[in-house]
Amino acid sequence: MSSRDDILDAVRRNQPVPRPLPVVPMFDDALPPALEAFKANVTRMGGQAVELPVSADLDAFMRERFPDARVTCSATPEVTGTRDLADVQEPANLHDVDVGVVRARFGVAETGSVFLSETEFSVSALGYLAQHLIVLLDPDAIVPNLHQAYRHEAFHAARYAVLMTGPSATADIEGILIHGAQGVRSLTVVLTPRR
Amino acid sequence: MREKRIDHAEAASEFIASTEHVEFHDRRLWDLRKKRDRESESIPEWETLRALASAIKEHTLTHLADYLEEFERNAVRNGAKVHWAVDAQAHNDIVFDILRTRDARTLVKAKSMLTEECEMRPFLEKRGIQVIETDLAERIQQLDDEPPSHIVVPSVHKLRQDVAQVFGRTIGTDPNNSDPHYLAESQRRNTRPYFLEADAGMTGANFAVAETGSIVVCTNEGNADLSVNVPPLYIASVGIEKLVPRLEHLAVYIRMLSRSALGSPITQYTSHFRAPRPGTEMHIVLVDNGRSERLGMAEFWTSLKCIRCGACMNTCPVYRRSGGLSYGATYSGPIGVIIDPTFNLRKYSNLPFASTLNGSCTNVCPVKINIHDQIYKWRQVIAERGQLPFVKKQALQAAGKVLASPKLYRAAVEGVHVAAEHLPRFMVYSRFNAWGRSRDVPAAPPQTFRQWYLNNRGSQ
Repeated sequence: MSSRDDILDAVRRNQPVPRPLPVVPMFDDALPPALEAFKANVTRMGGQAVELPVSADLDAFMRERFPDARVTCSATPEVTGTRDLADVQEPANLHDVDVGVVRARFGVAETGSVFLSETEFSVSALGYLAQHLIVLLDPDAIVPNLHQAYRHEAFHAARYAVLMTGPSATADIEGILIHGAQGVRSLTVVLTPRR
Repeated sequence: MREKRIDHAEAASEFIASTEHVEFHDRRLWDLRKKRDRESESIPEWETLRALASAIKEHTLTHLADYLEEFERNAVRNGAKVHWAVDAQAHNDIVFDILRTRDARTLVKAKSMLTEECEMRPFLEKRGIQVIETDLAERIQQLDDEPPSHIVVPSVHKLRQDVAQVFGRTIGTDPNNSDPHYLAESQRRNTRPYFLEADAGMTGANFAVAETGSIVVCTNEGNADLSVNVPPLYIASVGIEKLVPRLEHLAVYIRMLSRSALGSPITQYTSHFRAPRPGTEMHIVLVDNGRSERLGMAEFWTSLKCIRCGACMNTCPVYRRSGGLSYGATYSGPIGVIIDPTFNLRKYSNLPFASTLNGSCTNVCPVKINIHDQIYKWRQVIAERGQLPFVKKQALQAAGKVLASPKLYRAAVEGVHVAAEHLPRFMVYSRFNAWGRSRDVPAAPPQTFRQWYLNNRGSQ
């Protein structure tokens, strides 16, 4: 017998009496306004939330926020970077990116998370190799909690999907919170409608 | 195989010797516990979520073979290759074979308790594979050649000066500079080139979703996402108990995991790896290593519900004051105490006694494992199988005789204040009295309760 069959047989032999699968409620009664909760949680998790009108110049916003950035790379046509993702052969080619920009599919108010996948990133490593990340999010695309989030069809299609919440962080040395562990040092969520 | 029995109390005495370390450890973990409380109290449905989390896991475990088959079908359809490992050796062989046949020499990996359980790192290193732990704390432990002392915060037993010494010795930082920002930045810069050049990346799994065939990994550093999204080859090591049926069930656990572990609403990155990037490979190793056998243990199978949040460790007074390394096992603290004996009853037969049975672990467990009941049951199993250490056995036999006889009991109790006052200190605080090693026996009252009762109420 193969290892597979050995394991499955042992599991079947030892499984206790079947227990029923409960129904998971949505727990979405009387939740606070999604946008306000989302912004508060982004801040709490170490990110910055900024609201910009649809008329705002996003290129100018990026330059103003990161005046020293030399290599910028955008996965959304709404912002122009200095590095074109179409020219990136290997993910590691993004190692010198100072600022990455991407538009999230949706946000989650309960946690301040944004949903991103390879569809949004083109090259998913952009979200981690860049020193700083700007994420655009339509304020109308915020679901109230994780129960709603996990009903989203996007999880089924994505090869890689992440609920990203604030910048990379560690508190591994004496509990001191440090942003920019292995991934981005800062995360700015720009709440602005899609252009 | 007769491995030496782990003496938890003896091992803990090393850790306890440094007051500074014990005090920090105790305070830091209790702080995590308080943060967890704030989060759980902010969610009105918290207790409902606990009940759901427990019920979903119990359902999944009692239908585990079907869910494993469903998971495998979907993973294969997604383009992943699924491997099955009966034990740790098989797991390590499979991983090495995948690496060897693709000429992969360097492996960047995220933290995984399963690869610790399998002792994979030394196995691969002996065979010429360079393995780089990429989580800061796990990297500290790797460079110090120590196992993790906690399943969520592996180097929590170390102070900043300890880290400065380790990094000074291994990655060339200034050993006298113990600024955590400097140390973390140094590790980031030291690790980054490995991400860029690694031949393969590896993660464990917090969850595996049967419905989609996805591996779910929760990290704060983003190191799992780098390990998977940069190299051309990805291997996930997954314990067979990690399954959940569908994404809607995952929501329950994601809501509870980081809240229970660290007191944050979610980890910075909750990552779902479903299929390989075009032109790359994804391998999933499903590992049994004793889990199917544990599933058949009527008293202990619910320990398989564990989502490895570490809340039971953070709340445990024994764990907080003895340090994870003193358990001498991959899994320490209350959850370790009930899992470890399934791997080796003799070796870990002392661990279920490293508990006051206060039940705090059970109260904070997000999946409602009756941890302290299981600790008590393990004590019974250990006594029945003749694995009690000699001193404990003698003491319990004596206590059993005394407690069974009112006459003997009265004589013993009445003798206490005489004994405590007149016995020479070396007899009370001898090596046979573990309790007295770091405590003073309280002064006995001059009168027993029975004597007082007979004097004052005896005639009523």
